[in-house]
Amino acid sequence: MSFLLRCPNCGERSVADFRFGGETNVRPAPDASHAQWVDYYYFRKNVSGPRQEWWYHKFGCRRWFLAVRDSRTNEVPQTYWPEDRTGRGGDGASQG
Amino acid sequence: MQLFSKRKMWHKRPLKDSYDVVIIGAGVHGLSTAYYLAKHGITNVALLDRGYLGGGGSGRTTAILRSNYLTPQGTPFFSESLGIYETLSQELGFNLLFNQMGRLDLGHTESAVFGLRMRTEFNRALGVDSTLVGPEQIKKLAPAIDLRAGKDLPILAAMHHPPSGVIRHDAVVWGLARAVDEGGAEIHTRTEVLGINRSGDQVTGVRTNLGDVRAGVVVNATAGWCSTVAAMVDVLLPITTHPLQAFVTEPLKPFLDVSVSSANLHVYVYQTDRGEVVIGGGVDPYPTYSQGSTLPAAEELAKHALGLFPCLRDVNILRQWTGLCDMTPDYSPIMGEVPGVRGFLVTCGWGTWGFKAAPVAGKRMAELIATGKMPEQIAPFSITRFAEGRLVNERAAAPAGAIH
Ligand SMILES: Cc1cc2nc3c(=O)[nH]c(=O)nc-3n(C[C@H](O)[C@H](O)[C@H](O)COP(=O)(O)OP(=O)(O)OC[C@H]3O[C@@H](n4cnc5c(N)ncnc54)[C@H](O)[C@@H]3O)c2cc1C
Ligand SMILES: [Zn+2]
Repeated sequence: MSFLLRCPNCGERSVADFRFGGETNVRPAPDASHAQWVDYYYFRKNVSGPRQEWWYHKFGCRRWFLAVRDSRTNEVPQTYWPEDRTGRGGDGASQG
Repeated sequence: MQLFSKRKMWHKRPLKDSYDVVIIGAGVHGLSTAYYLAKHGITNVALLDRGYLGGGGSGRTTAILRSNYLTPQGTPFFSESLGIYETLSQELGFNLLFNQMGRLDLGHTESAVFGLRMRTEFNRALGVDSTLVGPEQIKKLAPAIDLRAGKDLPILAAMHHPPSGVIRHDAVVWGLARAVDEGGAEIHTRTEVLGINRSGDQVTGVRTNLGDVRAGVVVNATAGWCSTVAAMVDVLLPITTHPLQAFVTEPLKPFLDVSVSSANLHVYVYQTDRGEVVIGGGVDPYPTYSQGSTLPAAEELAKHALGLFPCLRDVNILRQWTGLCDMTPDYSPIMGEVPGVRGFLVTCGWGTWGFKAAPVAGKRMAELIATGKMPEQIAPFSITRFAEGRLVNERAAAPAGAIH
């Protein structure tokens, strides 16, 4: 579905202005095990419901930000800069 | 052979509290698995679907069948499936309206043509009927095509794959459902799996909206929703769910009797037996579980289709629709057991390419369940390939090019 996203810098724009950057997950430490790197690189929660994701304002300010999006409806209740992420709702928000 | 019949296709039966095998998802893959399980004498089987029969990707597919893949693992697998489809109407006693119209994969750039040449050679080495053809031959096979492709991306060559075709997807679902029902397995629609029960690391059954059902083997055949079912046993899959859109025009006189696909233009086009023109492309660039269709997708598809077939300029679109696709990193499926959860099997990662694979996938999944041994034909598609670094990269053979 087409939907609108609010860039924290530019405001509300069509999703076509943005590039999807994936669900947030925790990057393993450099000396983490092979299995942890495989999980990080390939495996996804792919949640049906609210989840925290990376988005990039490609045809705009060209900045990366985070969004909580409900993948069932594409409603985006919250967007914010990565440094403001603590305590936000959505799947994985606390570990992302 | 009959297509429509007053005879019931399958019967509603009371849900028992125990089966040998529970299959979650009554799409073409769940049905095919149940169909082949009966050939091994395993009929104490329930297919559970929360929606209506074939209401997932299997009811939304554009149902192009082909075997012109790239890898030595994928090509023989899809080739075997196409072979089964060729005689499936007779086997099921049900007309599946398989029209083997052939297919052209267009190349508009030197690098695309290089890729098509490589695929053609690999196909031929594995006994798959594909040839590289030039513009003259393309024009002969599809006279309505504009070789200049709107002047942007002129067509340089194409891979011609004659055994490819289009099948009536509903008929495949119904035909399999009737055979499954007659074979003794049960189909339960409007039956949603809410959780999976375990004792230690062994699956013991499922929780549904109609109560608990015991089973030692539970198969996840839920395509776009497979991550949500895997989460019920705390398993992550290397899958993201993307929407794929397509549309169909009003019927026209027959003008195109080959399906045409362009990875460069992210579009494919064919004319159905009814005269309608089906137009599809690649998945939307962000994941979602919403099956809503979008105007931008219709505009993109129409623009690229018109580049190839300017004669469609004044034709009206009748319907547009969307289905969910369980996309994998290497554009190959994921089949078999999942380490750490005994009795939990997956047949998923069918993405935008799964309809054509249903017969062979069901056959091999049934073999795995019956013998407990992973058949060599599907061993390369095991979920362990990601940790082992043995990806089966079919990205280049994806229907309308990769995303982005
Ligand atoms: C627009 C479009 C075009 C396509 N074109 C082609 C093509 O040309 N050629 C090709 O080979 N493939 C194509 N595909 C891909 C192909 O259609 C799919 O890969 C295939 O149909 C998947 O079948 P399935 O049985 O695995 O899943 P589905 O048919 O999606 O069935 C999954 C079922 O699981 C059920 N389910 C989900 N969660 C639960 C739960 N918790 N409890 C109970 N039931 C549940 C759903 O209701 C659904 O019925 C296309 C797909 C789309 C969307
Ligand atoms: Zn911005």
